[in-house]
Amino acid sequence: MIPHLISTRDLSREQAIALLDISADMAESGARENKKLPALRGKTIVNLFYEDSTRTRISFEVAEKRLSADVINFSAKGSSVAKGESFKDTIVTLREMGVDGVVIRHPSSGAPHLLAERDWIDVPVINAGDGTHEHPTQALLDAYTLRAKRWGDSARSKGLDGLRVVIVGDILHSRVARSNIWLLHTLGATVTVVAPPTLLPPGLSEWPVSVSYDLDAVLAQPCDAVMMLRVQSERMRAAYFPNAHEYSAGWGLTLERFHRLSPDVMILHPGPMNRGFEISSAAADATQSLVLDQVANGVFVRMAVLYSVLTGTEVMS
Amino acid sequence: MTSNIVMQSADVTRAITRIAHEILESNRGSSNLVLLGIPTRGVTLARRIAAAIASIDGVHVPLGSLDVTMYRDDLQKQPLREPAPTNVPVDIEHATVVLVDDVLYSGRTVRAALDALTDLGRPDVVRLAVLVDRGHRELPIRADYVGKNLPSSSGERVNVSLSETDGVDSVDIEREAP
Amino acid sequence: MSSSVLISGATIADGTSSDILVVDGLIAKVGKVSDKTDRVIDATGLLALPGLIDLHTHLREPGFEQSETVLTGSQAAAKGGFTTVFPMANTSPVADNASVVELEQSRGIEAGYVQVQPIGAVTAGLLGTHLADLRGMADSRARVRVFSDDGKCVHDPLVMRRALEYVLAFDGVIAQHAQEPRLTEQAQMNEGEIASRLGLAGWPAIAEETIIARDVLIAESVGAALHVCHLSTAGSVDIVRWAKARGIRVTAEVTPHHLLLTEDLAVSYDARYKVNPPLRRQEDVLAVRAGLADGTIDIVATDHAPHPSEDKECEWDVAAFGMVGLESALSIVQQTMVESGQLSWADVVRVMSSMPARIGRLPWSGLAAGAPASITLVDPTARSVFSVDHLAGKSQNSPYFGRELPGRVVHTMFNGYLTVENGQLVDAETVASAARLRVAAGLVRGLNEERHDG
Repeated sequence: MIPHLISTRDLSREQAIALLDISADMAESGARENKKLPALRGKTIVNLFYEDSTRTRISFEVAEKRLSADVINFSAKGSSVAKGESFKDTIVTLREMGVDGVVIRHPSSGAPHLLAERDWIDVPVINAGDGTHEHPTQALLDAYTLRAKRWGDSARSKGLDGLRVVIVGDILHSRVARSNIWLLHTLGATVTVVAPPTLLPPGLSEWPVSVSYDLDAVLAQPCDAVMMLRVQSERMRAAYFPNAHEYSAGWGLTLERFHRLSPDVMILHPGPMNRGFEISSAAADATQSLVLDQVANGVFVRMAVLYSVLTGTEVMS
Repeated sequence: MTSNIVMQSADVTRAITRIAHEILESNRGSSNLVLLGIPTRGVTLARRIAAAIASIDGVHVPLGSLDVTMYRDDLQKQPLREPAPTNVPVDIEHATVVLVDDVLYSGRTVRAALDALTDLGRPDVVRLAVLVDRGHRELPIRADYVGKNLPSSSGERVNVSLSETDGVDSVDIEREAP
Repeated sequence: MSSSVLISGATIADGTSSDILVVDGLIAKVGKVSDKTDRVIDATGLLALPGLIDLHTHLREPGFEQSETVLTGSQAAAKGGFTTVFPMANTSPVADNASVVELEQSRGIEAGYVQVQPIGAVTAGLLGTHLADLRGMADSRARVRVFSDDGKCVHDPLVMRRALEYVLAFDGVIAQHAQEPRLTEQAQMNEGEIASRLGLAGWPAIAEETIIARDVLIAESVGAALHVCHLSTAGSVDIVRWAKARGIRVTAEVTPHHLLLTEDLAVSYDARYKVNPPLRRQEDVLAVRAGLADGTIDIVATDHAPHPSEDKECEWDVAAFGMVGLESALSIVQQTMVESGQLSWADVVRVMSSMPARIGRLPWSGLAAGAPASITLVDPTARSVFSVDHLAGKSQNSPYFGRELPGRVVHTMFNGYLTVENGQLVDAETVASAARLRVAAGLVRGLNEERHDG
């Protein structure tokens, strides 16, 4: 179906819905006593993590093991990378070792793209987050979570048509926001991004989103879901905003804003959360918060992606 | 391409009824029986067989579906297959499970089904019911209940149509025009 | 020992046809020549241009010889039709004193492919805080007149003002790499929708334009000569146009790649397209072409920036900035400016030979009798797909592979001897011995006397 998963921009509506449907099948098997499926038996997958991310790595590892793949975890720390080996040399080494698929997290935007496009290695590549570019499996799990919550048992083969989603926070540096904007749009949702002007990317007017600086005005309009993004405190020092208090007052999902929110508005956060900064604990722990659903669904979505890129490859090539 | 109908609607119904009788006979009744269809047409056939058993014996045997996609040994060689739902309504531990499929050919689908079943539990007995057995087995697998044995060449295609999915009940063989 | 060469039937930039007689490294006559000569070069159908001059080259020696040396960079230059290059000062050690610039120059003389006329650093160690030995370099055998911290911006306005004032003493020029450092922290490519989509930190046009605006005002106030390196945005063109109209002594250059390539090439994350300043929008490309056509931009300079493959075959944000450009420059100018009708070949001579010489404070008399016979013979009707075979330097980080480009440098003559013959580089031994003859004849100045007087 797809040779690699690098960006949600590359997914057609049909492909995205198929991935969400397969995720639902995976969720079904996850409810069994024996959660393991043999689909990737005999396949070796390397989780190539050049950047710390316990959550994403474990989610992929669980997904790989549920599909019976052999898993190699490669983290930049303690590897030859720390000794100055080039990216290309590392990849060529993995090729010679005969891995069947690469899941890559990298601080450089575009690193997974190079892996997929260059002749350094010829196996399926899954982007597990690259720089400030994309994090496609996060967007897929967000879409899956929204779809499952909205449509329940009749979610299969549906998109997110008509869903109104508000994304709040550091859009400029967020790979989660980018992947979500493309995917939500592809699936038929309407997206509004809200942030201080300093944290909005240049050229945003060419993207399929509405833009606002005023969170209260946006939340006063009907919406179906609010996605809060993590804001890193180091942005303060780079003069993107004055201080945490002012950010929170202007763009946080504070207790007061949460209380004004309709109880059927879904609340999402990709984690890890800065409680009391971009999101209040009351909002994070509310029944309408899907934060824990997101974590659980992450495994099923990643199983679906792994299954999709790693099977049928002989036919494709 | 020429197409040759080998089972009409009445033939299909008769075959299903006969399979239902045979299942009841060899199982000495309907106790402990679970019918699991292999998607998609196997599920439809299982439903028909269950209905036939109900009309003979008055008992509604448990009925489910067993997807085997993830257990196939040809995942690399086929275009991506989207899995179908697995739905097993009862505990299959100690049950007599009858797997139901439309066509038995290489035997690889049944092999995958046996693996899938193993992951769900340990039935006492597993049987296989198919509407058509067209031969050309690649594995040591045989069906316990067969609607029709249909010797065919590997160049031919056997198509099973069922009214629920295809609008009509029939089985035909397609072959390349000479 | 006298030697003579006849270049017969060449087309001069003004369109007329002419023979050129070369005797002992100098042009003896331009016009109809019937003298018997030692050698005849049939230049029928070829365009004879005065040797091209590049005011912005990185030769990487000393310090980065894995990327390029004076010899290999000179060979790349000759292959592209150049007979003079101005190497930038960002070597290691930095060319911020007389000994480094003299070393570069003498290496150039030994190699003999082109005249190597060093550029000195503006500030010691390119650190932007203290002035380099500007007078010492000016008075050295290398007679440095152009100073630049290229690769880095002289961003401290006080240092920039002092430098502009100081070089008035010996008619020097400060060539500024206009890049406001705070506005370009971590910057990777032109700021805009594409950078945002790719997740690459944006490099705003204002980072260049604010420095140029500031510098032209400083240059005006002190009456000094400012040269703007590799101008890349429409806004920069406007500022320079305004400054020139105001009578400010400012000149400007554009690179071939900024005349052709645009930011969208970055979608491949192929670091061969990573360059400083970054590739800009199509609007900017059209604006710099118009600026070059109307004289706002004075010259084309290559910013030839060789890098080894490991510095380009890697993650975009880890990769080095820059692309090689000597071998492709004339073809790109022909494609973007001549074939579009915006420049005549006479204009090409202006922007790639006479004006670079004037800004670099070198004597220049073109294809006139008595001038050094540095002549580039070009077949403008040739077309070829650019490949690694077109390159003659040590590095292969060209952005043009696979593109069909017009024009071919058939012969390059430097001081009367060929450095490129029938499109092929003449070997280093032959060129070096020809160069030694010119030195012995006193035709080449600024050489290490100690070595050659004995």
